[in-house]
Amino acid sequence: MCLAIPGKLIAITAQLDDTFRTGKVSFGGIQKEVNLFMVPEAKIDDYLLVHVGVAISVVDEEEAKLTFKYLKDMGEVEELETPIN
Amino acid sequence: MKFLTEYRDPEMVVQYVKEIKAITTKPWTLMEICGGQTHSLVKNGILDMLPKLITMVHGPGCPVCVTSVSVIDEAIYLAEQPHVILCSFGDMLRVPGSKKSLLEAKAEGADIRILYSPLEAVQLAKSNPDKQVVFFAVGFETTAPANALSVVHAASLGLNNYSILASHVLVPPAMEAILGDDENTINAFLAAGHVCTIMGIDEYYPIAEKYKCPIVVTGFEPVDLLQGILMAVQQLERGEYKVENQYARSVQREGNKMAKETIQKVFTVSDRVWRGIGNIPESGYEVNEKYKNFNARVKFKINIPLAEENKECISGAIMKGLKKPKECPNFGIQCKPEHPLGAPMVSSEGACAAYYHYASADEVVLE
Ligand code: SF4
Repeated sequence: MCLAIPGKLIAITAQLDDTFRTGKVSFGGIQKEVNLFMVPEAKIDDYLLVHVGVAISVVDEEEAKLTFKYLKDMGEVEELETPIN
Repeated sequence: MKFLTEYRDPEMVVQYVKEIKAITTKPWTLMEICGGQTHSLVKNGILDMLPKLITMVHGPGCPVCVTSVSVIDEAIYLAEQPHVILCSFGDMLRVPGSKKSLLEAKAEGADIRILYSPLEAVQLAKSNPDKQVVFFAVGFETTAPANALSVVHAASLGLNNYSILASHVLVPPAMEAILGDDENTINAFLAAGHVCTIMGIDEYYPIAEKYKCPIVVTGFEPVDLLQGILMAVQQLERGEYKVENQYARSVQREGNKMAKETIQKVFTVSDRVWRGIGNIPESGYEVNEKYKNFNARVKFKINIPLAEENKECISGAIMKGLKKPKECPNFGIQCKPEHPLGAPMVSSEGACAAYYHYASADEVVLE
């Protein structure tokens, strides 16, 4: 649960006020609703480091892809698949 | 050196290992704080690659490992209240409380849900107005902004059926507690990259200075860890004790401003009992006065007696770097991931489970 996983911001899904935004982030195909409050500078197509449903920083694309591949190879991205029960 | 071909950059791994070997002339003990780093060091066989003079000990940076027995009992108490839905990150469910774990409480009928994010718990509260939804808010500084944000969000939605059971822990006070212990043998720290992504690195300068201890903010991939170890050993061999940032691609000196503001808005610094270690002053976050309606301890007037810890578990000594998992007489015998005696055997980020799963990590202890 301590990991932050990089993914690509593909859509802004809600803008509740000036700062409280949510977006859809794709993690190698798995899509998640992510809160964008901490990354006001983030735009569509940016790569974000996401921790427990909240983006904590904008990261370089190349870097993000390599990190994601590493995490996937190590079997560390399963937490994204936790169902809402 | 297994898994080597899978590394992002195998040549760099070899190069860093060579450089570390070339410069190491004395025995040094380094502690990585973060459980994610422990997991990565063990799983990738890095402990086996390091020169014999370097000993890695594994710090308390795994929320599953340090959440106290009493707080687990509090979570179980809440989960067993009628009309309460208790939400938690999955890893917390198997941690033993004083009588049972959340998983056992769930089997007995308590409504416990595993969620990926505290913000999902706010949604759950919104769609279940007749229930009280409580999120079990564990974690280090990395997780604190998300948990704080869930409170801010619930407040802005006007929800009066959402609260959190805060059990936040903070890295710098724990480092001080470890370094302040006379028995400690730690020469340098690898600080946790994602914690610093949030908080920045300013808090570490006084610690490095006071204890004359190099601190290198480090990522969690093999190349990051090896580079972090190299930077720390270079300082030690030169007699320096600086704060350095290996993980500059994610960590800025000032951290994430919005995240820090959100934390300050909702939380206040409080004392915290760490499982295995005991009370560390000002080492946690609790929900502040302004948001007290979102504090499950206040809302449900919880009054759980302080629970005894299992004396057979030596997790405290392990997390302070005084012992290695295999020095615990219960390791792999009475204590296994399927029936953990102590918390570090529960999560794969706990040192005991990491050693158990990846038996290649025999190093120093068996020599
Ligand atoms: S092996 Fe089990 S009992 Fe021993 S320290 Fe680790 S968690 Fe505790």
